[in-house]
Amino acid sequence: MSIDNNRLVRTFSDLRQKGKSALLPFITAGYPDLDTTAALLAGFADRGVRVCELGVPFSDPIADGPVIQSSYTAALDAGITCEQIFKTVRRFRDATNPAPDGSALRSDLGTATCDLALLAMVSYSIVYRRGCERFCMDAAAAGFDGLIVPDLPLEEAGDFEPLAAEAGLCNVMLIAPTTPPERRYELARHSRGFIYFISVAGTTGERDKLPDETIAAVRELREHTDTPVCVGFGISRAQTVRTVCEVADGAIVGSAIVHRVTDNAGKPRDELVRTVGDFVGELLEPTR
Amino acid sequence: MSTASDQPRAGYFGPYGGQFVPETLMHALDQLATEFAAAMDDADFRAELDRCWRQIAGRPSEMYFARRLTERCGGAQLYLKREDMNHTGAHKINNTLGQALLTLRMGKQRVIAETGAGQHGVATATAAAVFGLDCDVYMGTEDMRRQRLNVLRMELLGARVIPVEIGQRTLKDATNQAMRDWMASCEQTHYILGSVCGPHPYPTMVREFQCCIGREARRQMLAAPGRLPDVIVACVGGGSNAAGIFAPMIDDDVRMVGVEAGGSGPALGKHAATLCLGAEGVLHGARSFVLQDDDGQTAPVHSISAGLDYPGVGPEHAEWKRSGRVTYTSVTDSQALGATLALSQTEGIIPALESAHAVAEAMRRAADMSGDEIILVNLSGRGDKDVTEIAEILERREQSEG
Repeated sequence: MSIDNNRLVRTFSDLRQKGKSALLPFITAGYPDLDTTAALLAGFADRGVRVCELGVPFSDPIADGPVIQSSYTAALDAGITCEQIFKTVRRFRDATNPAPDGSALRSDLGTATCDLALLAMVSYSIVYRRGCERFCMDAAAAGFDGLIVPDLPLEEAGDFEPLAAEAGLCNVMLIAPTTPPERRYELARHSRGFIYFISVAGTTGERDKLPDETIAAVRELREHTDTPVCVGFGISRAQTVRTVCEVADGAIVGSAIVHRVTDNAGKPRDELVRTVGDFVGELLEPTR
Repeated sequence: MSTASDQPRAGYFGPYGGQFVPETLMHALDQLATEFAAAMDDADFRAELDRCWRQIAGRPSEMYFARRLTERCGGAQLYLKREDMNHTGAHKINNTLGQALLTLRMGKQRVIAETGAGQHGVATATAAAVFGLDCDVYMGTEDMRRQRLNVLRMELLGARVIPVEIGQRTLKDATNQAMRDWMASCEQTHYILGSVCGPHPYPTMVREFQCCIGREARRQMLAAPGRLPDVIVACVGGGSNAAGIFAPMIDDDVRMVGVEAGGSGPALGKHAATLCLGAEGVLHGARSFVLQDDDGQTAPVHSISAGLDYPGVGPEHAEWKRSGRVTYTSVTDSQALGATLALSQTEGIIPALESAHAVAEAMRRAADMSGDEIILVNLSGRGDKDVTEIAEILERREQSEG
């Protein structure tokens, strides 16, 4: 396998050709339950989302703020496992890709065919426990297109990069505000699919506005690399998405979406999916 | 410039160690590793650290022959390295003084720390007070309840104790919160990690700052009784006191035993015996042994001693286990409590519940050894902090028996 025909790579190349940017919503897999996760993905795709991140719940997510932490804890308390997440993604793919015999589960999710690029945001603790090679193969077989392993820095990623590539997965690397310039270019050379530019030093969470240095730094980085650059951490409203998309290939929104999932967790599934979908629709506006 | 493939990997002990942390922290770790290496080559830094150890911690700590405990066990001679007599009551001060000096070298004004039993928190707060640094200590609320005395001490010393309400509300959760703080503050703040755990350079750095224990012990044993011990026993949570006494004698012909918290039984969730009962995994920035479920989620842990109540262990210990250089075993809550009473009543020393695990293992071994053999126990801390907790446990036990 190689990543030449990877869905994530294809999507960003298509967006660039059209001169458009992407909104990348993040949701916690299995929160509040797996069927809702599949329904949210389908709803996002229907509204025009092209790339989505699924957070794999972890007991000790040190890069995450309180909103995503709580969603992870709730999902784990409900017994969510990696295997179940892979099955849900497989089911989503089967339901939204036309099967050869035409007997897709499409009606199940009430959505048309889609080509949503999916990334797993997953701790190396979980990857390592399953075995790096096995994790990559299983994630690819489930229908993931890329992995973001936030606690696997460049120095430790040497063995992992070829395993992800062999499985046909993009291994997305992160650049932080604290990353020195030379190292940014090195990370950009290693990252596949896109580069995840962390907007602020600190954990995930909603913030009102991004530091001006972030915008300047993203603009500068894009002069040095052809790989798409997406900005995440702290983006919580359409206005910030607009600012980010003026310089970047995409804006990643996590806590603000998970927050709305939490607020609607007690409601009927279609209502939750519609409410969260409406919010994602607002965030999508600046990318149209 | 390092890359993913063309450089030897920093901070590895065999297959264990490394730096499994978010990119945001990599620059701070890099700066710390550079500063630590430079400091260790700087004679002035070492002289200042020696002065701090002497004048603030009260080093060297005594080497003590436990005559009545030896008679009671009826076998090998038991010697105690008296880290319990250090200022602040445990070995933790050795490390915090070293890291506080590094903080000054890096020009940072604030330190943060995680604490379980509160000993590392108190030692950090003490060093911060000595050098005029701002200090925030993260502590699980379950541990704040168990170790109330240490919470009060930290506050008296001018530190802020930040309660951690997430997870099991113990040491692992306090460590997560300290790391999250550091993610946002690493440009101005140094994280004084308390054990030989975490990402490189912490396992090496904390071991070096604790090696004063083993260097002194080696010299003291050679002076009287005139030879090295046959066995050294130390308790292992993260493993800093054990690393500190083992490392300087690792090339000597001395058997070494690390004692983990056996808790109330061998089922996952009932103990904190990471090396004895865990598996290889990644937690808090290092590849080592961890207590996890099959999906890689950190398992709940239990120990009577808040300082050992941790699901990970330092990577160098994992390597010592792999190579067979050190033997790791475990002692239950109840055996540790028994050893606490035995040492208190034979020697007039109330040990920390953590250190009591090492005492229990030494007592067990002593009985099977001859009178001309020597066991050295690292008595890593004193038990003042545990008195209320022990009293409550004994009371409950009496009630259930009566």
